[in-house]
Amino acid sequence: MKEVSRVNNKIIYVAGFVIIAIAVIGTLAWGSANGKNFDGADDNAKDAANRISGKVVEPWTNGIWGDYKLPSETESLLFAFQSAIGAMVIGYFIGRHVTKKREMK
Amino acid sequence: MHIMEGYLDIWWCVLWFVITAPFVLLGANKIINLIREHPDHKMTIALSGAFIFLLSSLKIPSVTGSSSHPTGTGFAAVLYGVCVTSFLSSIVLIFQALLLAHGGLTTLGANVFSAGIVGPTLGIGVWILVRKLTNKIPICLFFATFTADLSAYIVTSIQMTLNYGQSIDAFVEFMTNYSLTQIPIAVIEGILFFMFATFLMSNNPEIFDIAENIYKKRNSCNERGVSCE
Repeated sequence: MKEVSRVNNKIIYVAGFVIIAIAVIGTLAWGSANGKNFDGADDNAKDAANRISGKVVEPWTNGIWGDYKLPSETESLLFAFQSAIGAMVIGYFIGRHVTKKREMK
Repeated sequence: MHIMEGYLDIWWCVLWFVITAPFVLLGANKIINLIREHPDHKMTIALSGAFIFLLSSLKIPSVTGSSSHPTGTGFAAVLYGVCVTSFLSSIVLIFQALLLAHGGLTTLGANVFSAGIVGPTLGIGVWILVRKLTNKIPICLFFATFTADLSAYIVTSIQMTLNYGQSIDAFVEFMTNYSLTQIPIAVIEGILFFMFATFLMSNNPEIFDIAENIYKKRNSCNERGVSCE
C-alpha cells in the first residue's frame, strides 16, 4: 500500500513539473512568435498610468537609490540571492524530513 | 509585480501604511510569542517565509506578453493566519524595495496590504470552504494559494485605479495588466503547493494540524463567545 502511495506521489511530482515546464516554454514560444518581450507587469503599469492620465507620469520619488539604475547583471545576482535564501530553507526542511522518515524505518 | 516607487500619491501611501501597520505589528508579536511558547514552530515559520522569498523572486512569463511573479503567501496564511503572513511579506517587500528597486518604500503599505493582507485573507476563506468539501489537503492548498496569489493582484489593480482616474476604463486597464497576467502564474503557484502538500502528507502530515488547531480554537472561542487572542 505504502509502495503504491510512493509511486503515486512520484507521478504527481513529475506531472506537476512537466505541466509547469510546458506552460512556461509554450508561453515563451508563443511570445517569441508574436514579438512579445515579456516586460515586467510593473513596467507596463507605468505605461497604463500614462495612457489613463493622458500625460507622462513622473514618480514623485525615486527611493533611496535616486536616479541610479542597478545594472541588470547585479539585479539578476540579487534576485538569485533572494531565491537561494528561500531554496536553502525549503531544501533543508525537505532533507530533514526525508532523513527523519528514513531513520524511523 | 508590485506598485513601483513614487507611483502612488502621498495620501494613498499614508492611508495604506496606516491600514497595514497594525497587521504587521501584530504579526511580529504573534511570531515572537509563537517561537517563545512553541520553539518547534521555528522551522515551519521559516519555511513559510522561505516560500514567500523564493516564489516572489521568480519572474514568470505570462500569456499577456508580460512577466510577473507568484506571491507564495497562501501557505503561511493557511498555517499561521493573516497577521503573521503580513509580517513575513513585509520582510520580503522591504528586501526587494531596498536592494532590487522592485516595489518601493513609499508603496510598501499598499503592497503589503494587497499581497500580505487581502490575498492571504481570501486564501484562508477558500481553504476553509474547500476543506468542508473535501478531505484532500493538496486540493485545498491548491485553491487557497491560487486565490491568495490572484486576489493580491486584483487588489493591486484596484489600488492603482483609485490612484489613477477612478474610472471603469482605468480599472479594466490595470486589471488586464496585473490580474490577467497573474492567472496562469497563480495556477503554477497552486500546482507547486499541490506538489508540496503531497510531499508533506506522506512525510509530515502533522504540519497541517497547526492550521486545523488554529481554526478549531477560533471556532470554539466563537462558540463560547470569548476572545481567542
